[in-house]
Amino acid sequence: MMQSLYDRLKDRFNLGEFTGRRADLAFVTVSREQLRPLLLHLRDLEGFTHLVLLTAVDWIEDDTFQLTYLLNDRARARDIGVRLMLPRDDTQMDSIHDLWPTAATYQRELREMFGIDFPDSPRVNEDFILEGWVDIPPYRREFDTLRFARETYPERPGRETHDPATYMKQQLYPDGEDNG
Amino acid sequence: MAEYPDRSQYPAHLPDGSCDIDLSSGKYLKLWQGPNHPGITGNMSVELTVCGDEVVEGRTHVGYLHRGFEKLMERRTFIQCFPIVCRICVPEPDFNEYCYAAAVEELAGVEVPEKANWIRTLILEMGRVNSYLMYLGGQAGAFGQGVIGQWTTYARDLMLDRFEELTGARIYHMFILPGGVRDDLPEGFDQRMEETLREIESTLADVHDTMFRNAVFKKRAMGLGRVDPAWVDEYGVTGPVARAAGVAKDVRSDQPYLVYRELDLEPVIAHESDAYARADVRRRDLLMSVDLIRQVLARMPRKGPVMATLPNVLHWKIPRGETYVRGECSRGEYGYYLVTDGSGYPRRVNVRGPSYTHAMALLEKLIVNVNISDVAGLLVSLHTYPPEIER
Amino acid sequence: MKDELDKRLDNQPDGPERRGSLKDIPVREELLPRWVKGPEGQEYVVEPLQDYFCQAGPTVQTPAYTRIIEDLFNWARAESLWILGFGTGCGAIEMRPLMTPRFDAYRYGIQWRPTPRQANLFVISGYLSVKTLKRAIRSYEQMQNPKYVVGLGSCTINGGMYWDSYNTIKRLDDYLPVDLYITGCMPRPEALLQGFDDLKKLIRAGKAEGANHYAEHFDWYKANQKRVIKDWDMPDYSW
Repeated sequence: MMQSLYDRLKDRFNLGEFTGRRADLAFVTVSREQLRPLLLHLRDLEGFTHLVLLTAVDWIEDDTFQLTYLLNDRARARDIGVRLMLPRDDTQMDSIHDLWPTAATYQRELREMFGIDFPDSPRVNEDFILEGWVDIPPYRREFDTLRFARETYPERPGRETHDPATYMKQQLYPDGEDNG
Repeated sequence: MAEYPDRSQYPAHLPDGSCDIDLSSGKYLKLWQGPNHPGITGNMSVELTVCGDEVVEGRTHVGYLHRGFEKLMERRTFIQCFPIVCRICVPEPDFNEYCYAAAVEELAGVEVPEKANWIRTLILEMGRVNSYLMYLGGQAGAFGQGVIGQWTTYARDLMLDRFEELTGARIYHMFILPGGVRDDLPEGFDQRMEETLREIESTLADVHDTMFRNAVFKKRAMGLGRVDPAWVDEYGVTGPVARAAGVAKDVRSDQPYLVYRELDLEPVIAHESDAYARADVRRRDLLMSVDLIRQVLARMPRKGPVMATLPNVLHWKIPRGETYVRGECSRGEYGYYLVTDGSGYPRRVNVRGPSYTHAMALLEKLIVNVNISDVAGLLVSLHTYPPEIER
Repeated sequence: MKDELDKRLDNQPDGPERRGSLKDIPVREELLPRWVKGPEGQEYVVEPLQDYFCQAGPTVQTPAYTRIIEDLFNWARAESLWILGFGTGCGAIEMRPLMTPRFDAYRYGIQWRPTPRQANLFVISGYLSVKTLKRAIRSYEQMQNPKYVVGLGSCTINGGMYWDSYNTIKRLDDYLPVDLYITGCMPRPEALLQGFDDLKKLIRAGKAEGANHYAEHFDWYKANQKRVIKDWDMPDYSW
């Protein structure tokens, strides 16, 4: 089902990689110029009327952010995830709040948590979740939450932390007879 | 029926769509409802601009419960994430466990035994009963009926007892793990569950008489917070809020997961789309959940394993991929978007809670022109839980 | 305001010191001094931080002159614990069962009040994010003496599950004077009842002196609070 949809749209929107996950869920990659026409086409002509979520994945080793727009077609019970690769050094993206008003909330969160800017989105620069945050956006991979927590919030002495794998190994094989 | 004067043109709107509110004119007043306020659902706040006792603009402020789950999960192994996922949504934690487990199983290619799927369905429906019972008390309380909350919390406590004997905990169960569930049903569980369900049904009959036929409740809830069916797609409305607007949106029947394909269910809908209709949809949905629990207990296989064999979870690596798993929780569509990169840790987890869209964009739209005293009732009628907005 | 912060952050060299140097976040617009026109046309300056709040700090409450009077007071205090209905974390979910017939905390003189002015017991129900900590401090300071704080759950004690979270504090007693901790995640209603009972014993023995401790070590608490709340835009003591 999803493969035939991809074959129809592939040339028209210059689609990139296709990943079929389940019979009713697939992901496609699209370029920034083609995103808006593709979303409009999916929403108005293919029945993907419900924006399920909009989020980002930080592929820091490839120096890109992946934006995922997940759309749902309830009548035909299928989902499509539209992936868009955004370079990490130019984090400006086009807003889609006029297609789905609710996207403005997601874009506000991305602005705050990943530092991806959506210049036209309403109230995108207002604080959403964090307040008085002065460090780099926390969902970026280079932000080390453990280090930040250690530096900022004093700990109560006496707390122990174990790595579960080594701890279990010590418990099960105290003499170090582990062969696996 | 609550009638509000048409103030859609007042105050004037600026070209960019925002309200032209001059606070120094003395006409308007800024009023914060929450986070420390009994008429707010959980720890969130609504910044109201009022003119007289009417709201002209409302802004939702969230983030008071932000713990950074999605970041914390990136530095925990797949199995270590299970104790924390259920803490994302307190009143109905099992959905987090199910959605996350299902996403992990799908990417790792783990097959869940048949019986575990039935027990998972049972747990999810029990959680839904809990959540709805809590909602009914809150909705009645927001309109000044304290006694309903006493009755429904009593009924909810009975259901928590069933949870306790099944999973060992009242609130956070951590019962659903990748590969299945932790344990089988205890001896005599069916009979005690039947007694609980009868008690809940009798409580609900009382609630129906005292709440849904109460003149005050009808007067205040009818016509409050009408959701236009056209907004369902625009604002990502799901669950009972969409069903009360006449859109039969229910993941259990649209894209059946677990064993819902084999169960007998039909989405509960209404058409009035106001706070009263939403409460009624939830009450009937609750009765359907009671029925579903009976169906599950009557038809589930009694023999067989409840847990698949997993690799050593301490060294569990999952190949690169991404997926989205959804389920119908008591408030709407709950989903997990999981991305893996071949290592022992999730690359990214995104939790899609129904309150995210309901409490932000939709609420800010509905709250205009509402009387201050009805704001609490409106908020509860959307059934929002702030922790799933900010995670 | 955010852009400004981002810009400033970019100019900072890498390293931990960049956080410490960024404490001077601008005050919100509505808190700046402004000219206001009165009803008869006269103009005057309003300085919200000065005029809307009283700047006087908390004072230590001395015990009554004789022991027997103080004991009577403590007995009365112990028997009317009025909890502030501010669910700061997930522990708030067990408050509802506590109010209702099965556990019924009302029979011990415990009840829930909607405003800090009427409450004397602040139950911090779980982890506190920095944003909530700010509100919790204000709510606590608005409560009338005598007042008590109970920390609920492991996360108030040492961070619990959220020990590595960038947004939650780890030790509640650095920021608010805690009289009693109740452990568990989440603590059962029975544990809460037991905890309240222990708190009553402490109060009767005259040992629940958290509010006085707060007044005596006010500067230490304030320094701790300001260390984590980066955009401190409220008066130091708001009662």
